Amino acid sequence: MDILAPLLAEGCAAAAHAPWPRAEIGTEIWQRVTLHLAAGELDLLGLWGEADRMHMAVSAPESREIAVFTLACPDGRFPSVGLSHPPAIRLERTIQDLFGLIPDGAEDARHWLDHGAWGVGTPLGTPGPAPEHAYAFLPVTGENLHEIPVGPVHAGIIEPGHFRFTADGETIIRLEQRLGYVHKGTEGLMIGAPLDHAARLAGRVSGDATVAYASGFARAAEAALGIAPPPRAVHLRAVMAELERIANHIGDFGAICNDASFALMLAHCSVLRERVLRAAHLAFGHRLMMDRVVPGGLTQDITAEGLAAIASLIPAFRARLDQLAGLYDSMASLQERTVTTGFVKHDYVRRFATGGHVGRASGRNFDSRKWPGYAPYDATPFDVPLRTDGDVNARVWIRIEEIRQSLGILGHLLATLPPGPCRTTLPAPTTPVEGMALTESFRGDVLIWLRIAPDLTIERCHARDPSWFQWPLLETCVYGNIIADFPLCNKSFNCSYSGTDL
Amino acid sequence: MRRILLESLVNAPLTENAPSPDDAALAELAADVANTAMRRLGRSLAIRQVDAGSCNGCELEIHALNNPFYDLERFGLHFVASPRHADVLLVTGPITKNMREALIRTWDATPGPKWAIAAGDCAVSGGLFATSYACTPAHETIPISLHIPGCPPTPTALLRGLLALLAQAL
Repeated sequence: MDILAPLLAEGCAAAAHAPWPRAEIGTEIWQRVTLHLAAGELDLLGLWGEADRMHMAVSAPESREIAVFTLACPDGRFPSVGLSHPPAIRLERTIQDLFGLIPDGAEDARHWLDHGAWGVGTPLGTPGPAPEHAYAFLPVTGENLHEIPVGPVHAGIIEPGHFRFTADGETIIRLEQRLGYVHKGTEGLMIGAPLDHAARLAGRVSGDATVAYASGFARAAEAALGIAPPPRAVHLRAVMAELERIANHIGDFGAICNDASFALMLAHCSVLRERVLRAAHLAFGHRLMMDRVVPGGLTQDITAEGLAAIASLIPAFRARLDQLAGLYDSMASLQERTVTTGFVKHDYVRRFATGGHVGRASGRNFDSRKWPGYAPYDATPFDVPLRTDGDVNARVWIRIEEIRQSLGILGHLLATLPPGPCRTTLPAPTTPVEGMALTESFRGDVLIWLRIAPDLTIERCHARDPSWFQWPLLETCVYGNIIADFPLCNKSFNCSYSGTDL
Repeated sequence: MRRILLESLVNAPLTENAPSPDDAALAELAADVANTAMRRLGRSLAIRQVDAGSCNGCELEIHALNNPFYDLERFGLHFVASPRHADVLLVTGPITKNMREALIRTWDATPGPKWAIAAGDCAVSGGLFATSYACTPAHETIPISLHIPGCPPTPTALLRGLLALLAQAL
């Protein structure tokens, strides 16, 4: 039974929104959508603001519907979604910090991205005074408890964030995250930016997923403008996306093992990762393939040497991966650290609509390449690996299996690469047009929503990283684990700081 | 396991020859690095990486310096876990205002003689984020001795910059 269609029918449909419908609705329908979310009938895809209105993107997995609901906020307030659906809490705190829109009834009124350092408050709404610098962590009381504050500067070469552990001896009783340290003002810089400049910004929301972000941005822009990029460009975007997925998964596989002091795996995995990046550089002229995907297609075609390099990499990579996976499988001392560690509850991944390996290791069968699906994956055979054991070990195996699938996808894409141009010109719309896209990064589904003005500049663009719905679960999965296993839990997630701090 | 180890013994190493130090970086450093540092530091430099707002692209390439192809440690360069152990801060990102205080405190916690390197276009000039309300220039936060541009800088570019620092400092 359709859930979204009757709700949409009660609102006022937006004229130019593709490929899914958007409707302007009142408070009553907004609250009904929220109730459906709380009841688990809908998944929250994204929640973002503009100066005077709120947008909420939701999907109905059973009836396979996706829609965006918009609520005007003339008095700067909206009924809190997070009050009954916790995955929205951090998104609402972000909206309050950036736009000054207040979620009515929200229980957690603390700032999230705004640390009181910008010299201005609510920079994307009506700018006001900067708030106080102080931040109140949640109180913890009990006998024998001690606190361990970590960060924002961590011990490794990783992004900054603050973790507040409460422990009883070695056992973690609570973890509270405080993020926002790498807030760069990306969405503010997007407003008014020409399309090509905004595409470069989108490619730097999270650098390790630059291809996924640039592809998502391009697909949203193409949907808005009502054009299709050339088939060759569509194919090559997927080639880049799979190279990116392989490079990240193999790097993390090595790093997870290294966090259990098994350095040999890191060394071998880092060699494999380097080989992928070198093939990418040969093929597309940039090791991380930044700024290659643009609205309308690609900035350049794949080189002949690059094509050959990727083709010869696939079998060698597969053979080495089998060897390393076998090594992982045979090391009891390594699995002693990963099996049953950092268990993520199935109920949580369903409620948070958690994507990527975190969701798929805890039984949530979702991959945006399959549904809603997009070219060329609709014509590419591959499986989505799924497990239910939900621990670090499960996430390791999901990643290994995903690499194997990606190697297969790469082989298929190279064998069926269509000829022709790689870029098409963009038409200028007569009125503002809106588009949205879900793109599968190695972490999970990236949502991009944007509105393009007739002069081909961005009026508003929102990027929602998969980590928004993974970070809170990292807080939950470490309960009862020892402090020393936190790096394993953390690395098996590998959430993006930059992607959520924006 | 045994087979993988044996293969590593038999096969030739993957490690590549060092690139030459970056000439521009050498010139930039000539004015900055005192010869006395050499006696203090011996033949090694300890690097503490600080992400001050990067998109994490720079971190990926800095990580690559440790892989067998680049093998940073053969030059006496190694990454350390605390600024207390460091001679060099390797700073990435457009210096977000939310990270400014943490960066200054990390610099203050680093014992002298010490240098700060701005790695990547964002740290060098603010990059795409130079005009953001949330960012502030690196050189107004801590003294920067060396700039390594690139988005992100390749491991080879990073290595050339670090070797230039090593050539001047030691």
